[in-house]
Amino acid sequence: MSRFLVAFGVVTLLIAGLLSYLADPDPDGLDAVTRRGCTVDAAQELAGDCIARDAREHALADGPLADYAVGGDGALTGLAGIAGVLVTLALTGGLFWLLRRRTPTGRVRRLARPCPSFRKPGGLRRRTDRATPTGAGPGLSPRDGP
Amino acid sequence: MNVAMHLSDGIVDAPTSLLYGVIAAAGLTLAASRARRELDERTAPMAGLVAAFVFATQMINFPVLPGVSGHLLGGALAAILVGPWTGALCVAIVLVVQALLFADGGLSALGTNITNLALVGTAAGFLVALALRRYALRGRRWLVGVAFVSALVNTVAAAASFVVQYAIGGDAGVGLGTVAAAVLGVHVLIGVGEGLITGLTVGAVARARPDLVYLLRTAPSRPVAVPA
Repeated sequence: MSRFLVAFGVVTLLIAGLLSYLADPDPDGLDAVTRRGCTVDAAQELAGDCIARDAREHALADGPLADYAVGGDGALTGLAGIAGVLVTLALTGGLFWLLRRRTPTGRVRRLARPCPSFRKPGGLRRRTDRATPTGAGPGLSPRDGP
Repeated sequence: MNVAMHLSDGIVDAPTSLLYGVIAAAGLTLAASRARRELDERTAPMAGLVAAFVFATQMINFPVLPGVSGHLLGGALAAILVGPWTGALCVAIVLVVQALLFADGGLSALGTNITNLALVGTAAGFLVALALRRYALRGRRWLVGVAFVSALVNTVAAAASFVVQYAIGGDAGVGLGTVAAAVLGVHVLIGVGEGLITGLTVGAVARARPDLVYLLRTAPSRPVAVPA
């Protein structure tokens, strides 16, 4: 596993585990718009005329990680986030590893080479073993004939 | 209350939810067969991490208007980094995890949410990125700009897809024009945030490992002969 992938994973865990505490608690765009025109009554039901008037409570709203909390404790959002990251990584990592093409490393390298403007100096070096100057190769010059 | 930008159950009627369940299943089946071409020993672990990153970043709601927030959807981000078909699978799996584990996004609404965010959003965002690919190849700043525009289109297209669903199966007595104007308007603002996050992320990956950015790869359409 390359250093880059490890760093990417660490950044992901920090976002889910720490930055998640700074998330804006206001309803997001879709929630805000679909509830516009309704009021929330004492029983947390929507009343009035809005897009979300007929929205139902989530069937799994009592689950242990519901609403990105742990057992209903919103102070543990970071832990819920880390759990979500690990579950997502396990599911997608497993699926993508099963789906991947099995190709020789050489071809993968060639396919994965980025375009010239993104090559790092001294990073991906140009192949030199293929570019043989004309006539310099052994047995190619007409003068080598009998 | 930390609810993400996904539909709850009951906003569109049951036949429409079922229809979109079928559309989502068909789209994901196609994506799974096409994703094989995008995935190899090097890109498969990256794709898993991109999905995890989309999950984490979707938790981070940012303010867009007083009392209204938004968050990344991630389709364009994933498609630019790991390819459109794999990207669609990344977002779809994030939505499944959110619905089953975090009670975020209704279960019967899973088909509508996968169609909006994983299929329509990702496809629209990637088509823009593909159309602008020759600019993205000019250098990292150009790539960041292309990522921004693609992500903005991704967000608005996903919102437009919801408006279509509401037109087909929403019956809450709110006029379609009102819904379209409100939903699309707020998602243009959210799309700017989506564009900034996507540009920042794609730019950072391109700086460290340009070979891991799908859009930059000079992948030929047919296999290349490997020199012995």
